Amino acid sequence: MGGILRSLGQWIVYGVLLLGATAIMLLGKADDGVIQRVRLQVTDAVVPILDGVSRPINAMTHAAEQIQSWIWLAEENAKLKADRERLLQWQGVARRLEAENAALRDLVKLAPDPQTHFVAARVVSNSTSTFAQSIVVNAGSSDGVKKANVVVSSEGLVGRVVAVSPRAAMIMLITDLNSRVPVLVGESRARAVLAGDNSDYPRLIHVITEAEIKPGDQIATSGMAGGFPPGLPIGVVAEVDGTSITVRPNMDRSRLEFVRVVDYEVPEMPGASASAAPNAAKLAAKRAQGSAGR
Amino acid sequence: MKPTTWTRLDLFARQLFPFVMTLALVFVGTIPLHLPGQRVVAPSLSLIALFYWSLHRPDLMPATAAFLLGLFHDILSGAPLGTGASAYLCVHALVHWQRQFFHGKSFGILWLGFTVVATLAALFGWMLTSMLAGTIVDARAAALQTMATIGCFPLVVWVLWRCHLTVLRPS
Repeated sequence: MGGILRSLGQWIVYGVLLLGATAIMLLGKADDGVIQRVRLQVTDAVVPILDGVSRPINAMTHAAEQIQSWIWLAEENAKLKADRERLLQWQGVARRLEAENAALRDLVKLAPDPQTHFVAARVVSNSTSTFAQSIVVNAGSSDGVKKANVVVSSEGLVGRVVAVSPRAAMIMLITDLNSRVPVLVGESRARAVLAGDNSDYPRLIHVITEAEIKPGDQIATSGMAGGFPPGLPIGVVAEVDGTSITVRPNMDRSRLEFVRVVDYEVPEMPGASASAAPNAAKLAAKRAQGSAGR
Repeated sequence: MKPTTWTRLDLFARQLFPFVMTLALVFVGTIPLHLPGQRVVAPSLSLIALFYWSLHRPDLMPATAAFLLGLFHDILSGAPLGTGASAYLCVHALVHWQRQFFHGKSFGILWLGFTVVATLAALFGWMLTSMLAGTIVDARAAALQTMATIGCFPLVVWVLWRCHLTVLRPS
């Protein structure tokens, strides 16, 4: 009798806990704010531990890479020399274009690009969960990181900040199911939206002039809708078939170690939010100055 | 002989071991290792530990502990909160349900049992995530991870068994 009661009690415990989990899931779905705050508070508490553990691991990875590079030293040297030759040529081109660009901007009185400032941060959590595409970095609001800041690595766009606590920030990667980035594709500059689907290869949706897109085309942010600044490299078109276009991102999630969290202060539409108003006013004033000087 | 404060503290610490160890493995799962394909191939060590302790020491790994571990996993991994908690509870419940069946069986049967439990837990997690996302999410990565976890099972269980012997001295 006692055994049956105990067993029944255990199943009641399962029922109650499962109900609790369901409630948490529904709450998370309905109002992400509360859940996000709890999540961040816990993350904030464990970030120092994750940071401490990730350092020796990074050191080991570096040591392994160092040994590897010693083995391939001669080959690497030849490759770097060739790269250097090539890059010097590009440097010349870039300098010329930069000067030309500045002169042309001056000529047409183009409003200057918004000021940017960035925070470098270490990736402290890069989960193995197969149903989430997010990372945690060890920089938070106390370092000046804000929600919706853009996150880039040396390879290109990584994602954007979805939540911040004082010491940590959670970043939704461009491969996440909920990620949507307006992009320009290839030299044709066809507009599209890069949509993550939790796989390593996000897809292009809402493509305008689809016929012009071919594998190998470069993908960069378009700056439409104001979420991201224009021209950030993202990746290349990997495959085009009748129904979908997949993209291979430049960033390699497994190799992310340091990222830059950039506050681009992307100007919003006037009246879109209260905080955008001063920005828009400044921009309008600059434009007015420009036209007055003409 | 009346146990001293120290022996009681020692016993308490030992009894916390299954939970703390599984928690540590949840942590390990989120640390960036910078290995190519880590996300896909890395096995879920915490799932094996959860299975092991739920089976061998349910008194030290109660359902509430499984729930909390799953919740902690969700928080760290950025998964929709509650999905991991449900999947971990599912593992615990399946083990509880089939405890009589697992009792005294060979290692091969245990491995087979884990294969079924891990697959069901992954399916459950996938179903919940898809329902919350309102679309069918890609299940390939989850399938690969489950396979990797099943493949690692013997090695991890051996380590857990050694720890079990050392820390908890089962009779």
